[in-house]
Amino acid sequence: MAVIETKNVHKTYNHAVVPVHAVVGVDLKIEKGEFTAIVGPSGSGKTTLLNMIGGLDKPTEGSVMVNNVDISSLSRNELIDFRLEHIGFVFQAYNLIPVLTARENVEFVMLLQKQSKEDRDSRVTALLEEVGLSDKTDKRPSELSGGQQQRVAVARALASKPDFVLADEPTANLDSKSAENLLDMMARLNQDEQMTFIFSTHDQRVIDKAKRVITLVDGRIDSDIVKE
Amino acid sequence: MFFKLAWRNIWRSKRRTVITMSSIVFAVLLSVLMFSVKNGLLNKMEQNIVGYYTGYIQVHQKGYWDEKILDNTFDSSEELEDQLLANAGVKAAVPRLESFALAASDEKSKGVAVIGIDPEGEHLATQLKDKLVDGIYLTATSNGAMLTTGVAEYLDLGLGDTLVLLGQGYRGATAVGKYVVQGMIEFASPDLNSTMVYLPLTQSQELYVASDKLTSLVLLVDNPSGAHALAEELRSDIVGDKYEIMSWQELLPDIHQFIEAEKAENIIFQVILYVLIAFGIFGTILMMTLERQYEFGVLVAIGMRRAKLSTVVVMENVMISMLGVVIGMLISIPIVGYFYNFPIRVSGKLQEAYENFGFEPVFYFSIEPIVFYSQTIVVLVISLILSIYPMFKIGFLDPIKAMRA
Repeated sequence: MAVIETKNVHKTYNHAVVPVHAVVGVDLKIEKGEFTAIVGPSGSGKTTLLNMIGGLDKPTEGSVMVNNVDISSLSRNELIDFRLEHIGFVFQAYNLIPVLTARENVEFVMLLQKQSKEDRDSRVTALLEEVGLSDKTDKRPSELSGGQQQRVAVARALASKPDFVLADEPTANLDSKSAENLLDMMARLNQDEQMTFIFSTHDQRVIDKAKRVITLVDGRIDSDIVKE
Repeated sequence: MFFKLAWRNIWRSKRRTVITMSSIVFAVLLSVLMFSVKNGLLNKMEQNIVGYYTGYIQVHQKGYWDEKILDNTFDSSEELEDQLLANAGVKAAVPRLESFALAASDEKSKGVAVIGIDPEGEHLATQLKDKLVDGIYLTATSNGAMLTTGVAEYLDLGLGDTLVLLGQGYRGATAVGKYVVQGMIEFASPDLNSTMVYLPLTQSQELYVASDKLTSLVLLVDNPSGAHALAEELRSDIVGDKYEIMSWQELLPDIHQFIEAEKAENIIFQVILYVLIAFGIFGTILMMTLERQYEFGVLVAIGMRRAKLSTVVVMENVMISMLGVVIGMLISIPIVGYFYNFPIRVSGKLQEAYENFGFEPVFYFSIEPIVFYSQTIVVLVISLILSIYPMFKIGFLDPIKAMRA
């Protein structure tokens, strides 16, 4: 069963002079356990598509189905709850809460989900161990390197046990070694736990690791290659 | 964790938080001191005039207050006293016979108010015995008189000297009497202190040829602040139109209006002060809201409901404000406490001006709880009102636009 299915998705921004067609008629199915990169030049619509898949933006036309739920028809609050329960986000700039420690950042989404303290403690410990930061649990983001912060962001994205993780240019701010480590970790999570990852990226290292590469040009799918 | 998050957030920009809190601390300090001294002054004024002289409620023969003559007296009546005392708010009814006379010593004479009192009852109603500064307090059977120090000084009379009173008695009779000065009373109010002579009730009734007559019953009430309502209640309890029952606000409308006007002026000044402070707090909130748009966008994106996010932001505002209030109050308490125990006595021209207006030239401070807790309520309300702005911004927040900011 497809975790994500977009049907004839369009996104048009009504600028003052000329309407901008950011995404045009995208039909896409992403199955559980995929490790997919959406690539394309700047302005090709990959972030817009990712935002619509993540329920952060609504299509002008068409529908986005996540686990058979048409998320484009949900209200604002329903969308927030849906994102909390079903989608993990990893952002380019890490976007951790600066005043919380690594442990508290990971725990935060579980608190929003109203999970019990025991569940939170055990899962946070396991996730930070999984991302190799069990010795940095009490450090604040400012005390961590970029690579370490992005690992905490991945742990946070996984904390809510989402159906898939959307990662928008996750390696853009990292040095080569940190980017390599992060990708290896995500690939391992994909392999071991069948966690679905969808990347929007320019980074060749991400494209090389991806099992499927979707290329967008001018808001349309130009190619969709599944690697053997 | 949300409390922890709010608490840590307010310390993200320590300097800004400290500046905002400092402005609140100074506003609270200033406001508490101002409120305390105004309240202290007004309470003291009310106490000096109302508490120590008129009492909070008086009962007279109808028409007496408009025309204070002995012909408008009434007969002492147990039935009336019983009716008044039947109300739980009335603790005692103290009789008086008040009139005017010319007081004379060997050398000088002066117009004075002569108050015939039941000495023990009067002490209950107006703590008169506490004002005795020299000599012996009157008893019901005394033959002497007590003078206020202002009268004694003017007439150059001391303890044991003879005071002569000359006036008009009941129904035009001549009122003449001479009394040994047996006690000196001192009032804080310069007006009262320069005009009062006290006699035992029977002596004054004899002087004015008004046997068993009273000009007023001063009621000792359970709750002075509820005097006006109690007077209303008593008016409906006492059947007939023979008597007038007046609260101190009706007895002394000028004083009452002055106190009310001063209180209103105090409120206006505080409103101005707090509007200035509100702008300071709003500046902080505005900067904080604009600076954190990106963060707010991320939090909403990862699944934090806007209402919860707003709650955290409101908590931050309330925390900053309340910290300022608490520190301001902690600083103000010892200062107010000091001035409560050691009020500021003014001198020179200011003293003269105060005395000319009939006020005691002393700045008293009040330590009533309202002086302190009213600041907490005001600042809390301000911070809640100002929180509407970030709540509004968060309510309409588009996470994508916010994360592009």
